[in-house]
Amino acid sequence: MSAIQVEKLKKEFNGLIAVNEITFEVKEGELFGLLGPNGAGKTTTLNMLATLIKPTSGQAFVAGFDILKERDKVRKSIGMVFQEPALDNYLTGRENLEFHGMMYGLSRKEAKERVREALKIVELEEFADKLVQTYSGGMKRRLEIARALVHQPKILFLDEPTLGLDAQTRRKIWEYIKKLNKEKGVTIILTTHYMEEADFLADRVAIIDYGKIVALDTPENLKNILGGDVISIEVDNHQNAKKAFEKLPWVKKINQENGIFYLQVEKGEEKIPLLIRIDQEEAGFQIKSINLRKPTLEDVFLHFTGRTIREREASQTERFRERAKIHMR
Amino acid sequence: MEINLTAIYILWLREMKRFLRSWSRIVGTLIMPLFFLIFLGFGFKGAFIPGVGHTKDYILFLVPGIIGMTLISTSIISGLSVLWDREFGFLKEIMVAPVSRISIAIGRIFGGMTTSLIQAILIFLIALGMGFKIPSFFSFFLALLVMALISAGFIGLGLIFASILKDIQGFGIIMQLIIMPLVFLSGALFPLSNLPRFLRYVSYLDPLTYGVESLRRVLVGHCFLPSWLNFFATFLFPIITVFLGAFFFEKSEL
Ligand SMILES: Nc1ncnc2c1ncn2[C@@H]1O[C@H](COP(=O)(O)OP(=O)(O)O)[C@@H](O)[C@H]1O
Ligand SMILES: [Mg+2]
Repeated sequence: MSAIQVEKLKKEFNGLIAVNEITFEVKEGELFGLLGPNGAGKTTTLNMLATLIKPTSGQAFVAGFDILKERDKVRKSIGMVFQEPALDNYLTGRENLEFHGMMYGLSRKEAKERVREALKIVELEEFADKLVQTYSGGMKRRLEIARALVHQPKILFLDEPTLGLDAQTRRKIWEYIKKLNKEKGVTIILTTHYMEEADFLADRVAIIDYGKIVALDTPENLKNILGGDVISIEVDNHQNAKKAFEKLPWVKKINQENGIFYLQVEKGEEKIPLLIRIDQEEAGFQIKSINLRKPTLEDVFLHFTGRTIREREASQTERFRERAKIHMR
Repeated sequence: MEINLTAIYILWLREMKRFLRSWSRIVGTLIMPLFFLIFLGFGFKGAFIPGVGHTKDYILFLVPGIIGMTLISTSIISGLSVLWDREFGFLKEIMVAPVSRISIAIGRIFGGMTTSLIQAILIFLIALGMGFKIPSFFSFFLALLVMALISAGFIGLGLIFASILKDIQGFGIIMQLIIMPLVFLSGALFPLSNLPRFLRYVSYLDPLTYGVESLRRVLVGHCFLPSWLNFFATFLFPIITVFLGAFFFEKSEL
């Protein structure tokens, strides 16, 4: 059985199509990533799956339950960490979690026990009895992850779990997420606009842009679509070098730009020694430098949409500004 | 649409904890009624005020009014607190829980009623210190009942506003444009018979008028409008607003 099954799910906000008939499936135990720029429709997708907003059309099943007809069962099966903090600042960390547990039907005793465990996982025991008001951004995030675990959901929804956090805290949160998935077997669906996050964490990634999924596969396969790694190589004699490179059977494509050769190869790290072993004396050229570049999901995004995620976000901001201007008039 | 008692209890408990931790806010909301009570109470002590006659002393007239004033402001604020939960994101956490919206609304209303009543009782204790006397313990018990009804009514009204407003921008406007006019129109501070006829008719549309009148009836033994009308309106008002408030809350999306 798949943990999540989505069929032609669509959401329109007065004319704006936020999510455009997306279809995908998340397997049990999988760590699934939704990667896309701001405004791509990630949060809207999660909110529909969490039964917080109703889809315009299409259907979806979470833990086998229909998101339209079995809302309470869906809600019981999932834990959700929202993009924006959703904590009560006037309560302590522990109180936030215990209240959550009891809202999900745990007895007070069970709740206390589970809260202790959850706080341990995210290493917040020490601060548990402080008001959330006093927490840092990273601590709030960790507390929210812990809260989503208290009722032991089969499926965890994480909406941009490391948004706005510093690199060190981000690493820490990645660690918790990996651990939950690998050790506790929790199915996780995570949205992000950081490609390295999707690359590092997700078993499979769906790249989403303007409400549509443009590609879906393992990060490895997605990057391979681009034809593998690129070795850039600087030499003194271009003509002789070109002749030599053309003879190599494993070079898939040769580009030359500003006197530097770009060789498209697979498993670039294994090809560098081979390049160095070419008898340079006989071939008549000297290698001055070699550089290996592995494609990132950013390149994949560029390949499928014609723009980088950063560019897309910039244009998104522009669009907002335009809209704001229209409002001001 | 099932009622979830644990959820109601949890939301009530949350309200209590927040209440006990926010002394500055409590002082902030109690300061106005307290000023009115102290300065009007002492200021007009023993003065002849037309229309108050039957209640003998202005303080007897004033205290039920000040309690009504306390109840309306604390209750509307409590109903509107949904807006703050929305602003700070906590509403999402409540909305995604496997709990019916109606349970959430009920939990909120009970929580709000409790904190509102505690604040009204604080004011009441101060009034006792100023020489206000009640006829019997039973009348105090009846007054509590009336106070609970007034509170529920205005929490419901706050919930309705919160569902319509959607963000906290309108919060201050509601506070100034609704609460103070309703207090002045209710006859909480001076006899309505002193108002021009037109304003008097408007005051009959003010639910707080009947609340304050009912409180006078049970605490001082006298009211100006027919008792049955006061009690009936005081009873009907919360039924309407709580129902509508829960209905709007149920329908609201994030
Ligand atoms: N409640 C809403 N009303 C109107 N438009 C919305 C609403 N929520 C989201 N949108 C719009 O839908 C699009 C997708 O938003 P969202 O799902 O938040 O994207 P992401 O999470 O990928 O950044 C955006 O253009 C956003 O402005
Ligand atoms: Mg988002």
